[in-house]
Amino acid sequence: MATLGRACLILSFAIALYGLGAGLAAWRMGRRDIAASARRSVYALAGVLTVAMVILEVAFVGDDFSFATVASHSSTTTPAFYKMAAVWSSQEGSLLLWVWLLASWSSLVLFLTRRRMRDVTPVATAVLAGFAAFFAGLLVFTASPFETLAAVPVDGSGLNPLLRHPSMMIHPPMLYSGYTLFTVPFAFAVGALATGKVDAEWITATRRFALAAWLFLGIGIILGARWSYAELGWGGYWAWDPVENASLLPWLTGTAFIHSIMIQEKRGMLKVWNVSLVLATGILAILGTFLVRSGILDSIHAFGASTLGIPFVVLIVGLIALSIGLVAWRSSLMRSEHRIDSLLSREAAFLFNNLLFVGLAFVVFFGTFFPLITDALGDRRNLGPPWFNRITVPLAIALVGLAGLAPLISWRRATRANLRRNLAIPVGFGVLVAIALVAAGGVADRPAALAMFALAGFLVAGVAQELWRGTRARRTMSADSWPLAVVSLVRRNRRRYGGYLVHVGMATLFVGVAASSAFQHARDVRIRPGQTAAIGGYDIRYAKPVGRVETRDGRVERIVLGAQLVVSKDGKVLSTLEPTRGYYPASAPFAPVSGMFGGESTSEVRMIAGLRRDVWSAVEPELSSVRPVMRTYDRAIRRMAAEKRPVDQQVLAFRVGLEKVVQTYAAGQPPATFRMIVSPLVAWIWIGGIIVFGGGLVSMWPAPRGVRRRAPAGYAARVARELGRA
Amino acid sequence: MDVLVVLAILVILAAVVWVIGAPLRAGAAAEEGAGPDAAGFEELEAEKAAKYREIRDAELDHRTGKLDETDWQAVDRQLRAEAVAILREIDRLGGRAPPPDR
Repeated sequence: MATLGRACLILSFAIALYGLGAGLAAWRMGRRDIAASARRSVYALAGVLTVAMVILEVAFVGDDFSFATVASHSSTTTPAFYKMAAVWSSQEGSLLLWVWLLASWSSLVLFLTRRRMRDVTPVATAVLAGFAAFFAGLLVFTASPFETLAAVPVDGSGLNPLLRHPSMMIHPPMLYSGYTLFTVPFAFAVGALATGKVDAEWITATRRFALAAWLFLGIGIILGARWSYAELGWGGYWAWDPVENASLLPWLTGTAFIHSIMIQEKRGMLKVWNVSLVLATGILAILGTFLVRSGILDSIHAFGASTLGIPFVVLIVGLIALSIGLVAWRSSLMRSEHRIDSLLSREAAFLFNNLLFVGLAFVVFFGTFFPLITDALGDRRNLGPPWFNRITVPLAIALVGLAGLAPLISWRRATRANLRRNLAIPVGFGVLVAIALVAAGGVADRPAALAMFALAGFLVAGVAQELWRGTRARRTMSADSWPLAVVSLVRRNRRRYGGYLVHVGMATLFVGVAASSAFQHARDVRIRPGQTAAIGGYDIRYAKPVGRVETRDGRVERIVLGAQLVVSKDGKVLSTLEPTRGYYPASAPFAPVSGMFGGESTSEVRMIAGLRRDVWSAVEPELSSVRPVMRTYDRAIRRMAAEKRPVDQQVLAFRVGLEKVVQTYAAGQPPATFRMIVSPLVAWIWIGGIIVFGGGLVSMWPAPRGVRRRAPAGYAARVARELGRA
Repeated sequence: MDVLVVLAILVILAAVVWVIGAPLRAGAAAEEGAGPDAAGFEELEAEKAAKYREIRDAELDHRTGKLDETDWQAVDRQLRAEAVAILREIDRLGGRAPPPDR
């Protein structure tokens, strides 16, 4: 099957090159048959890569260790669920996932736009095929997932334990879907520039895909944060790590783009800005992939250090040069059709919002690449979370304020009278939130958090007012009940109300971030069984040590050591937690038992999660009490090996040794170091993410077909009739 | 190499050539229905949709109190005039949807 996989990759590379050439030929020659052939080459590419992907999945699920990548990233003891996800834990598997998703999404987009923008799509097809050719080329020449081993091992090395988390099944495909979908508006922007068709049509045609990319990337980022919080054992969800930042960069510029394209659609303004934003977003998506896969920056998320740096740098430099050249070439075609009438208008609010998003992206970019910049100057330095927080927090506060303000202002111009009318209630509510929080105490000395809460209140009140007034207006035109009027209003204005819901979700998320950052209690304590640590009003007692040997199909999967904690508040027991640490086998022929503790280990975090606060715990067991047992069994097994005793006896001694280690640990009084955190409102980060997801879906949903139907009548009446169907 | 694998590779290759080559075999003639007017038509349809959205947004802004009556009437009149101009242009081009693609 590896041969078939290799053949599929070579064929994919050839198809992608054909698509690139045919797309460009169709553009230059104006031949629609060649354009159709180029488009179909992308469909074929998706089909062939699907075969390659299935072959690799089957190899992982079937424990085919003749594949080098299966042997190094899976094992017989890896659960079946994670075997499927193990495909993208490897460098070569993740590249295959990337190009497969690119081909699949590109096929969908080219199919949906096959009757539109016939001038632009050949170039867009060529660009998408060009990206596919680059990644397929890497798979063929540099990092093939179908390399085979001459000597097939009995078992594999296993999946990196840190990746054994349910979100890892979804997180990478979501992130990569976001990255690959952001190449779609990039490709269409290049097409629009190359053909000189720089009006709003390419934006209208690709807006939904940009939104889908934004949504997928956002979900991927949230899932990554959740994984970090629940799996990494440090207690946080965002560390300003280079790989996290790399995913945030295209999301930030993509968010700016999704807002500013509305100005181009409605007013014919910001054409150069929009096309530059989307080109930058596409390049940042490639940069994100580069950072994850190259290992150029140290990251807890970079599971592949490789030699892919130079090809990626060449691609990125080429894309930047192409983008700058095209924008400069077509700048005369992209003059604004209007000017901003007033600073008190939604256009102006969107413009400020864009400046803030791009400013944030610049800050994150600078902070992320600072180590490389200083390295080039001979003194490598990092910028840590305090630096990022100091600069990004005020920008985030301003963004929430603007997100609350923009829906309350009209396009073109707003008068002082209607501003007063629209702002009075939301501003009043925001002020009320601030006063209530200050009165409740403990917030006044955290001005950033207080500002975030107040502005979030302002935003939510503004959206509620908009929904109320819109529904009331809807009811004056129809006899609908209130619930029906709400549904009808949202259905007729999906983009508007979907966007508002996204704003509410982001505000909710930021409230969670502000509360959990500003009011978090965290302690690292070393205690013995029976001792208690106090944190954030809770008493956490280390009741007893726990341990077990976990097996799968008769093989040792891992050793688990940990602690039972009893959490109580004001003398009342609330819950019992059992944080543990899992130790996975490592190859150590001369110290088989202690070798279990020399390889990978993962922290199994346990928490009481609630809407008001999370009580979070992780443990680092001290192994000093079991070291003598380990040494005893290591010596015994070495002696058995020297005496050439049967392997079965050695395996039995190994199992007995592990059981003895666990029993000794659980029966003793071993001290352990605990990280304990009490964080308020963390759950609202995940709830906010779900609200954002829901809002994005509402916004993306296609408009009713009736809007697009035409009626033969007088023009003014036709406009009225067609509008009435919406 | 396994005969079945060779066979599978040949089948995939043949399928790819068939899929990609179909438009070229049919020739450019089949695509003639989609002339330059079709591209203009698509652009105008996009413009019309955007203009209708703008009219609806302005109306909702007015009904939710963000646009005064006089401002809204002026904006609405201007937007509807622009929409009528787009409709006229669509009809001038024949108003036919481009033929379906392969």
